Amino acid sequence: MTDAIQPSPRNARRVGNIALQFAVVAVAGGLVYAAVVNAAQNLAHANIASGFGFWNNTAGFDISQTLISYSASTSTFGRAFWVGLLNTLLVAGIGIVLATVLGFFVGIARLSRNWLVARLAGGYVELIRNVPLLLQILFWYNAVLRSLPELGDSVPLRGGGFLNNRGLFLPRPEFAQGFGAVVLALLVGMVAALLLRAWARRYQKRTGTPIPILWFALALIVAPPLVVFVLAGAPLSFSFPQVGRFNVMGGVEILPEFAALLFALSIYTAAFIAEVVRAGVLAVPIGQTEAAQALGLRSATTLRFVVVPQAMRVIVPPLTNQYLNLIKNSSLAVAIGYPDLVQVFTGSVLNITGQAVEVVAVTMAVYLAISLFTSLLMNLYGRTVAVAER
Amino acid sequence: MAALSDSPLVFLRQAPAQRLSPPAPRGGAFGWLRANLFSSPGNIALTLLCGLFVAWAVPPVLRFFLIDAVWSGSDRAACLASPQMPRPGACWAFVRVWFSYFVYGFYPIGQRWRVDLFFMALAFGVAWLAWLSAPRRGTGAVYFFVVLPILSIILLNGAPLVGLVRVPTSLWGGILVTVIVATVGIAVSLPLGIILALGRRSKIPVVRLFAVTFIEFVRGVPLITVLFMASVMLPLFVPERFAPDKLLRALIGVALFASAYMAEVVRGGLLAIPPAQFEAAQALGLPYWRTIALVILPQALRVTLPNIVNIFIALFKDTTLVFVVGIFDFLHAIEAARADPKWATPNTSVTGYAFAALFYFVCCYGMSRYARRVEARLARAHRR
Repeated sequence: MTDAIQPSPRNARRVGNIALQFAVVAVAGGLVYAAVVNAAQNLAHANIASGFGFWNNTAGFDISQTLISYSASTSTFGRAFWVGLLNTLLVAGIGIVLATVLGFFVGIARLSRNWLVARLAGGYVELIRNVPLLLQILFWYNAVLRSLPELGDSVPLRGGGFLNNRGLFLPRPEFAQGFGAVVLALLVGMVAALLLRAWARRYQKRTGTPIPILWFALALIVAPPLVVFVLAGAPLSFSFPQVGRFNVMGGVEILPEFAALLFALSIYTAAFIAEVVRAGVLAVPIGQTEAAQALGLRSATTLRFVVVPQAMRVIVPPLTNQYLNLIKNSSLAVAIGYPDLVQVFTGSVLNITGQAVEVVAVTMAVYLAISLFTSLLMNLYGRTVAVAER
Repeated sequence: MAALSDSPLVFLRQAPAQRLSPPAPRGGAFGWLRANLFSSPGNIALTLLCGLFVAWAVPPVLRFFLIDAVWSGSDRAACLASPQMPRPGACWAFVRVWFSYFVYGFYPIGQRWRVDLFFMALAFGVAWLAWLSAPRRGTGAVYFFVVLPILSIILLNGAPLVGLVRVPTSLWGGILVTVIVATVGIAVSLPLGIILALGRRSKIPVVRLFAVTFIEFVRGVPLITVLFMASVMLPLFVPERFAPDKLLRALIGVALFASAYMAEVVRGGLLAIPPAQFEAAQALGLPYWRTIALVILPQALRVTLPNIVNIFIALFKDTTLVFVVGIFDFLHAIEAARADPKWATPNTSVTGYAFAALFYFVCCYGMSRYARRVEARLARAHRR
């Protein structure tokens, strides 16, 4: 009966595990406690406030691009935060669209049976992937956009815009009363087109006869807003930018910082998306294409109904990663002074308030939230493209 | 079918069939061109379009960077437009004059042999580890992860005891700092990443929670915010007199960031190892840590070596971000040199960036070729 005296190895391990857990918690807790005590001491020493009291104080610094109204003299730090966040979302959102289009294009081109096309696309991917993004951003900003003509020699564009080293100036659309009706007509047309498509699909499922609706649907989308636009008396005018002696008045301004960041981000991420797309298409077994061709499907139909649906399944998860990378990489804006969240918040606000802990924590929390939200959206989309398994 | 086979033959060929012309040749240069460039009208149009693009884009680039480039000179006058050279190209003279600054930063000129020695010691260690059939790779790992760091600190930082003058990190710069940040990042993140990956697979809830939280948190935020955290928050968390110096803070930030990504790569390698390996080791009576160290990790790291190299490539590119927190890396050196009024020409910026791009491209492309070679080798080993 030695069993009763000796603890079984299982129990010994369990005790060890519990001890290990306590040790981990104790060490982590101790570190956090030490950090907090030190931080409190150091902050008191440097005479820096803590807490989020600064949120409602007047910011007092200018921001070069604001999507919502903002003024240095009256707006708060909180407002500056929202301005920065919106700028981040703007460049990331447009960047994702451009990178996806370019990336799919290059990825498909890389698979082309045409040697020259495949080689050009491959060269693009290798060159762009192996050069740091920050270097590309600086290149677009300093070497390309900054060397555009000065204000005095602005390049006039057809249609009333200007291009110089301070940015791209485009006519600003001014919406008169009644433009809302045009938008409403557009929405109605789109809904009608969607309903038409749903009906055509149901009909095809029931009878097997496809109904070509493309042109009719397009007409449904385009015609109503056009008619309403004419009926309402063309409620749209443009205010054209004017080159003055010191700056450009009127119009919409696209900052060179924004353009440089957008170019670099889209071109860089597109190279990675191209690789994702290529891998996704290559992951579809060649037998699938051969089987579709044996059934008599044309190559376009094969692509649309056989290859793409299966490739998307492979593409979506890594594509999500690339989107997240693009969003995170947009923080490189700080290097060229585009007023994104990092530049405005961990730059200007941190320098003025000195409250490093709060500012950095908020910034990180925002990026975490954006990352989680994007993954959620892409997971939802991934579920729609996943193959229903029996 | 029976009726068909029973029916009498109604046709018998009397004369040989007409001779067909031989099929179009498939081999040779012409066949290759036909198959790869001109197989259909659409393809011909594409080829012509791309050919036109190449003809339009490539000659001006070659012209700018090679033919019209200025290779020597002592100041901007050499690179400006002159009657002899109405449209000068890239200003390589600028890179030549600033080259030692790009490599060493402000490292004292008399002490630069120490940096050279460090580069050689590092190259030796990397070659030892990267050459898969090198002799005594275990010793190589010890050299790389233990001997080399100590040697580097003594060499670069200086040790009055052995007669090396102290060189403060604020004087380090250029490629030296880029290489240091990248190697420290990888050397710290590999062990840390292994621990985190094991922690993530651990059966102990608290350990798993810590590992998962750390990994997911770091992967969810941009490197810049981690660097900001390291450079502005870290000094707050330690007593004032222990505040780490600027370079060390950035190194900590980069190392923590890289270990989260490394952990995921190592986890991928661990997943590729069949559970039976673990069970077999336990059946032989090996305790957990020896199972991991002797059975699991050697296989897992080998499988995932290409991915580790890919992490290193990403890390190498990401080192440029330390620029943002004021560390003097290679890109920062280019930026500083670019602003020199003595070399202010319209082409200085482009030349500087082209040189930097060339450096990063050669390094990263080389590493990715290596990763692909290792991958091919592994694939060969798995094929039976």
